[in-house]
Amino acid sequence: MSLIATLARMEALREGRARPLATVRHRHLSERPMVFVPLTTAGEAGAPLGALFGTDREEPTLLVVPQPRDRDLRFAFLAQLAQGMLPYLEGYADDVDVEVRKGKDPETGEPVEVERELCRDAPQLLVPNGSGVRYVRLLGRSMRFRRTAEEAPDEPYPVPSRVPLLGRWMTHFGERALTPGSCLLVSMTDLLSRHWASGQSGLEDQHLGALLAWLDPPPGVHGSEAALRAETARDERGLLECPPAGPATDPAFDNKLLAPAITRYDAGLSGAERAVRDLVGSQLRPTWDHVWRGLDLLRELPPGDRVAARWEGDRWSYTGHRDRLRAGEPPQPKRDDAVTAAAKLVRRETDQVRLDAHEALDDPLVMAERRLAGEAFAGEVVAVEMAYSEGRSPRPRPLVSVSTHDRPHVEPGTRVFRRLAGKAQEAQVAAAEPGLVVVRLVNQMGRGRVPAEGTVPEPGDVVCLTAFEHDPRPAAPLPPPEETPWTHGGPPGEAAMGASAPDPHTAEDYL
Amino acid sequence: MSTTLESRLAALRGSAPPRPMDARTLAALAANPGCGRRALLDAAGVDKGAVAEHLGRPAPFGQSQFSIVRGNAFEARVKADGCAELLRLLCERLGLPAPDEAALPDLSAVGPAGRAERTRQALEEATAAGGWSLLDHPMLRLEVAGSAVHLEPDAVVVRPDGRWTVVEIKSFPILDGCADPAKVGAAARQSAVYVLALRALAERIGRGEPEHTVVLVCPKDFSNLPTCAAVDVRKQLSVTVRQLTRLTRVEDIVSELPEGTTFDLALDDDRRTPRRPVEELAAAVDAVPAAYAPDCLSVCELAFHCRARAHECGAVEALGRGVRGELGALASVDEVLAAAAAGLGGAWQADGEGSAPAEHVSGGGCGVGGGTDAHGYAEDGGDFGGGDFGGGDFSGGDRRDFGDDAVTWRLREAARLRAEALAGTAAGGRA
Repeated sequence: MSLIATLARMEALREGRARPLATVRHRHLSERPMVFVPLTTAGEAGAPLGALFGTDREEPTLLVVPQPRDRDLRFAFLAQLAQGMLPYLEGYADDVDVEVRKGKDPETGEPVEVERELCRDAPQLLVPNGSGVRYVRLLGRSMRFRRTAEEAPDEPYPVPSRVPLLGRWMTHFGERALTPGSCLLVSMTDLLSRHWASGQSGLEDQHLGALLAWLDPPPGVHGSEAALRAETARDERGLLECPPAGPATDPAFDNKLLAPAITRYDAGLSGAERAVRDLVGSQLRPTWDHVWRGLDLLRELPPGDRVAARWEGDRWSYTGHRDRLRAGEPPQPKRDDAVTAAAKLVRRETDQVRLDAHEALDDPLVMAERRLAGEAFAGEVVAVEMAYSEGRSPRPRPLVSVSTHDRPHVEPGTRVFRRLAGKAQEAQVAAAEPGLVVVRLVNQMGRGRVPAEGTVPEPGDVVCLTAFEHDPRPAAPLPPPEETPWTHGGPPGEAAMGASAPDPHTAEDYL
Repeated sequence: MSTTLESRLAALRGSAPPRPMDARTLAALAANPGCGRRALLDAAGVDKGAVAEHLGRPAPFGQSQFSIVRGNAFEARVKADGCAELLRLLCERLGLPAPDEAALPDLSAVGPAGRAERTRQALEEATAAGGWSLLDHPMLRLEVAGSAVHLEPDAVVVRPDGRWTVVEIKSFPILDGCADPAKVGAAARQSAVYVLALRALAERIGRGEPEHTVVLVCPKDFSNLPTCAAVDVRKQLSVTVRQLTRLTRVEDIVSELPEGTTFDLALDDDRRTPRRPVEELAAAVDAVPAAYAPDCLSVCELAFHCRARAHECGAVEALGRGVRGELGALASVDEVLAAAAAGLGGAWQADGEGSAPAEHVSGGGCGVGGGTDAHGYAEDGGDFGGGDFGGGDFSGGDRRDFGDDAVTWRLREAARLRAEALAGTAAGGRA
């Protein structure tokens, strides 16, 4: 946590409500997101208890598993989930733009034009908290290797059709969520705590109810009090008034209400299924409302300038997965091979650096953090001295003196950048002393001997220079999987083929 | 432990029966070693949950019966048929041929002490016999700060070469070879306590070699088929050993408590309703210094009480463990905000109504973890020039002070930059 963020948390603590950490919205929000609030059964891996999902705030779809340990009921739940979600997830696949890119002919190596489709928009899945994101991954993992009766007639426990497909989508979304700044699958707590500082720790921010209590406390109530109420207030039955945002349930709810209801269901009592359904729904609904409330708050913020550009990355990711499905590729392996893993890591690192740069450029409050860290500085231009490069055709290299209160970690020779008409103008630090930095502009000044108008700041202008690049490029490409060096296990062989084998089954009907 | 300490601890506990320490409480000590409150209450065998409840801040913990049922069913499955499956898995993991037969000594006896004695005999015999033995739920004894703690691992395997391996059976899954690191960490800390107890036993009987690698048995993927993984607990062992030796500090904590301090709930005749005045109990609890951090919320029954106290004194640790690092000697939110306010030309004091510094509530109640050193921002603290732009409206006189304290300087800068950006007058970003 940066010092500025710490300070913001302390302000929040003093004022009794959350304080801004951003002046713009740094994440893309879909016009029509799908909210997904899952609940899981305590102690079981991948045994959902129920879920509330949908794109309409007023009319969520409720799915409940009346006996979560029963395989058939679980599969029926997943089938219904697939039926409800897949039309949304696949609904953006056919609306495409065609992009023409320069590429190489795979055989001759000649430069050719390659047409690529890019979906114009993509779905967005919103879950309440970080464990919700992990649960989507888990559900994806539990479904994608299952076989349907059509695919494998000998399969002892075939799943309904489309369940493995949902598994592959969920896996893709879960995987994409690991990319910094990506928005295909996001948690509400992450979104909110990115934009506002509550007066509590990051750990406590994972409780959606408590976080919202800080953002929007009832009139006259201190945020910490409202948050405490959200965390601990119980009704006369001993149940939490604000149920946990899942996927784990409140143990008291399990023991006092759910377990007896499931026992009645197992005994085949009439109305028992309905009772379980109502119980699970009662635990899901408050969280559902919270997620939408959070969405309201986020939509009040104007989007950052570079948010759309990053969303394009998500659209590429979505399109890429669509293409892999259409090409009939097997499900994502259980474990990535060395090259894939390295490539993912490189991409995520690049995306992190890019996200940090973008957020700072979009938002003075984020830039303030970078300035405090000495990675950027802002100030008034006090002098501009024209100078030229040496050589046969001298180019303008004006020296700009910037007076600043910041203390950037720069020294003569450091490359710094400033924004100029949507691009980054590069400069080199010529001299740095406390309070004054002199930089030499090196590009974006046009072709002539005289800099193009408006490309050189004038005395009195206020400028902001960063020591980080504005649009960092990915590093050199990695070798293809078949050329994996021996240091990384060599090319994937037969072992990788078994990586997508279905999970073993146990004969028992119950987990 | 001296008898005086023992009687002091008994007095602290009051009329309630002692809650014996177990592997979980011992492991928890290793999770937040700096907390004297937890150390003392655990050592005295106080029921922290009951205390928290009476203080009006009950712990939100509980275990769902679904997970209990699942855990028991899984353990029963692993141990079915005389633990044949367990032995097979174990040998596979150790790369040894599975034995044709393994002894399963009967460990039943009366009371924990009896069972511990029986376990000792069984381990001694099994090690001497030089074959495979599997002890199902043995009872181990560990001396902690002078009193005996009884521990019950899921199983201990004795190998023909005399090595002892702790087996922990957990019901969280190992998915594609990976398990939840937090859960594995907790299991490792717990197992380390067992290894420690086994080491003490091996030393007593003069044979046997407890291994520092324990075996974790978990369901594989989404099935209830068991799989296992070896976990090296050397690190947890050394942490636990260090914490246990530091437990002697309980004596120091006790000696600093006011005479007559007790955590007795003064239960009514029905043995359920506490009669102790809440303020009195709170004063007793707060007399023991605590080291609250947000992580406590998921492990300690008293955490909500400690959090409330930390908030009352504005302890910066309540915002996260790492927060203190950048704040140097400033320990309270008000101090930090006051230091930062200088960067705003005192604007905060003007609108700071209702934010009067909270009085420190009680003597020891606000003990927060030991001071962390401030980062050594060895920046040149000298004057810096520059024009009069932006939101900085401090006078020249203030500037000279900046270099005196890097922490204060950074705080003021942070406040200035933040205010500037929020006011939209920033030179940065969208300029």
